[in-house]
Amino acid sequence: MTANVTVEAVSHRFGAVAALSDIRLEIAAGEYVTLLGPSGCGKTTLLSVLGGFLEPSGGRVLIGGQDMTHVPPTRRPTTTMFQDYALFPHMSLADNVAFGLRMAGVGKRARMSRAGEMLALVGLAEDGAKRPHELSGGQRQRVALARCLAVEPEVLLLDEPLGALDLKLRRNMQDELKSIQRQVGTTFVHVTHDQEEAMAIADRIVVMNAGRIEDEGAPRRIYREPRTLFAAGFMGEINRIPARAVAGRVETPFGPVPAAPPAGRALVACLRPEAVSPAPARFQIGPARVRDAAFFGTYCRAHLVPEAAPDLILVAHLPPDALPEEGAVLTLHADPDSLAVFPEE
Amino acid sequence: MTRVLPWLYLAAAFAFIYLPVGVLVLFSFQDGTLPVPPFEGPSLRWYAGVLSDDDLTAALLNSVVVAAGQGAVAVTLGFLAAYGLARHVVPGTVFLRALLIAPLTVSYLIVGLGLLIVVQQVGLGLSLWTAGIGHVVINLPICFAIIYAAMGAQQQSAERAARDLGAGEFDVIRLVTVPMLAPAILASYFLSVTLSWDEFIIAFLLTRFDVTLPVEIWSLLRSGLSPRLNAIGSVVFLVSVTAVVAAEVLIFRRRR
Amino acid sequence: MSARADSRKGWGFAAPALLWTAAFFVVPFVVMAVMSLATLDGRTLIWGLHPDNYLELAEKRYLWRAVLVSVEITLTVTVVSVLLAYPLAWIIAFRVPARWQRLALLLAILPFWTSYVVRSYAWLLVLAREGVVNQTLMTLGLIAEPVTLANTRIATVTGFVHFFVMLLTLTIYANLVQLSPNYRRAAMDLGANAFQTFRHVILPLTLPGIATGAFLTFVLCIGDYITPEILGGNNELTVPQVIMVQLGRRADFPLASALAIVLMGLVTLAYLGVARWLRIDRL
Repeated sequence: MTANVTVEAVSHRFGAVAALSDIRLEIAAGEYVTLLGPSGCGKTTLLSVLGGFLEPSGGRVLIGGQDMTHVPPTRRPTTTMFQDYALFPHMSLADNVAFGLRMAGVGKRARMSRAGEMLALVGLAEDGAKRPHELSGGQRQRVALARCLAVEPEVLLLDEPLGALDLKLRRNMQDELKSIQRQVGTTFVHVTHDQEEAMAIADRIVVMNAGRIEDEGAPRRIYREPRTLFAAGFMGEINRIPARAVAGRVETPFGPVPAAPPAGRALVACLRPEAVSPAPARFQIGPARVRDAAFFGTYCRAHLVPEAAPDLILVAHLPPDALPEEGAVLTLHADPDSLAVFPEE
Repeated sequence: MTRVLPWLYLAAAFAFIYLPVGVLVLFSFQDGTLPVPPFEGPSLRWYAGVLSDDDLTAALLNSVVVAAGQGAVAVTLGFLAAYGLARHVVPGTVFLRALLIAPLTVSYLIVGLGLLIVVQQVGLGLSLWTAGIGHVVINLPICFAIIYAAMGAQQQSAERAARDLGAGEFDVIRLVTVPMLAPAILASYFLSVTLSWDEFIIAFLLTRFDVTLPVEIWSLLRSGLSPRLNAIGSVVFLVSVTAVVAAEVLIFRRRR
Repeated sequence: MSARADSRKGWGFAAPALLWTAAFFVVPFVVMAVMSLATLDGRTLIWGLHPDNYLELAEKRYLWRAVLVSVEITLTVTVVSVLLAYPLAWIIAFRVPARWQRLALLLAILPFWTSYVVRSYAWLLVLAREGVVNQTLMTLGLIAEPVTLANTRIATVTGFVHFFVMLLTLTIYANLVQLSPNYRRAAMDLGANAFQTFRHVILPLTLPGIATGAFLTFVLCIGDYITPEILGGNNELTVPQVIMVQLGRRADFPLASALAIVLMGLVTLAYLGVARWLRIDRL
């Protein structure tokens, strides 16, 4: 089962604090969307509004075209996977997974067989009789997922589902979550503060900050052509090059950037470290002195002081074949398309 | 209906909880000789009598001294035991912990009766001291349990760091363990003082001429209902509530 | 530091408390147990292993009746108190807004700190023949004559329940708020209504806390002398009342000790009854 979600002008205040301001969002049926942002950006609040745990101060939430704004969680076609999983410690895994069906009045045999299927889906077919405390973190996460999916929700809401896992396990679980989502076809809305996780897993990323949506789109588009300076910075490391708008052009210490200047005089040109290269390209940074460099496997990460702007320290990911020596001078270039220009914040 | 029901229940519960206190305080201002309706007054005559009663003030003083003294002993012993069992590897810790906790699971009456028999067999006299000893027996487990539970890994790391920096064991206890456990130590002291202050049966069995306040009130009660008892009860309530609210504000608020 | 030196230090710190407990709790308890096997010849104590006191307990009606009365009253009080306190704790934990919870809890248990003797006395005033309850009922025209409430078992139970509702509200509340709120959210999210959430999730998770509180209630209630003495009168005596009679009027320490041992036995039975849910470290 799957459904589309429409968020119409949703706002929410906690006392004087605006947790969500005028959020508008369309999520297609069967889509995998991540809400990405730093803690306190409103992503979890938005998830609570979708799940029905919070009635927004304003706006509407539609699921499958039905207005759900004031419908309690019990009667919503959504299920939430909580950050602490909230597995019932006094029940076996099978009873946990079957809980929703039991509440719906499904007979014991039917719900147990369904729980078995669900546990098999997450690779725990043999463990139905165990209790949650006998499981590792990753296994608990799978059981929580199975419990949510057992009731065949139209939309599954995941609140930092991988937050409690260590890095390696987290990367494995990302792939698994995605593949399970493809199998069941349910709409997934996944909250995270980890941009790598978001990029690895999502069809579409919604970047949030201070209760607003900063940017939304495919991971590749957001990474390469972010709409705001915040989105650019949150999606990965950037070099911030001070710039100014002069006569309809963007001026940087390294010369003009062929882009239309946004409003405002003080500007920032952003350049990702991997876009800085010693190979010739149309945007010239010019000679730069290596301050330090370290080998990172697939690249060498270097800090460089460009001669054209000695106050600036550029970070560059250089080819891994030769580690640049400290003090060496390299001539650097960048593809002008990889430069994004924003008003200074 | 389901929205009002909880609030109705809350109101009914509070009415039940406050009914005796309300009646007690109201009829302490009774301008008659019986603390039952109809209410006449208000009058402060019974309070005047309470404050000028030497037996009562003596009992009150006894109670304060016993409560404060036994609390200090119980907390000190409880802290040392908690420290010894939590920070050193002692064989049979489980058994020792159970032994220290055991008096909690026994009725006060039994603790008092056992001590009374021993005191009589040994031929010692009953006094505030014997009552105090009995109160330490019942409060030591509470102090031990509270402080032992509070001795977490965080304190242990700080203690190790202090030792690593050259502090001896007693310096560690004095400068790190006690300050870090101050909330638990204060809470257990406060709890044992209030429990002693209010304890009747042990104090009744183990005192003779000098008695504590609950025992004094008990002997007054034997002579029947009187607004004088209401006045005494109201004063005691006021003192206890002031102590509780002060503790809430001073000790527990700070922990958050 | 060697393991032995470490263990010796640990013993050193724990020794004062252990000695105190041994001298003033274990020894008296053993002496009392021995005393329960002694017997009285007139006023002289005869030590030995006589089962007389226990036999007397089985034979004399007023003795075994007291055991029965104590158990009945204690069980009634425990059950009623849990049933009344649970909803109160629930409402404070889940209905009262977070910022008022601490205040509500403090208010709910404030009369806990009235002097123990005074509290029973206050209930006597409330339930007396001329007391507030009778006067109110008569004014409302619900009864023509005052009802006898004081000096009955109803009065004893009321006084006890008043005390233990406060105690249990505190322990159950503490139990409820330390549960992750996500348990409740998850249950409702999966389609459980409020009652089902309570029945299948919250109640099982708070059972250890309830068992602990109920056990504490049992221990404190069955060993209490003041409340039945002030409120129950002398129509039916509880075990502690009989013990005090033996001590006071007859100085029959052996029989009093035997009754105390029986009291211990009842507490042990109660402990075995709830042991599977009990976490003694939560006391």
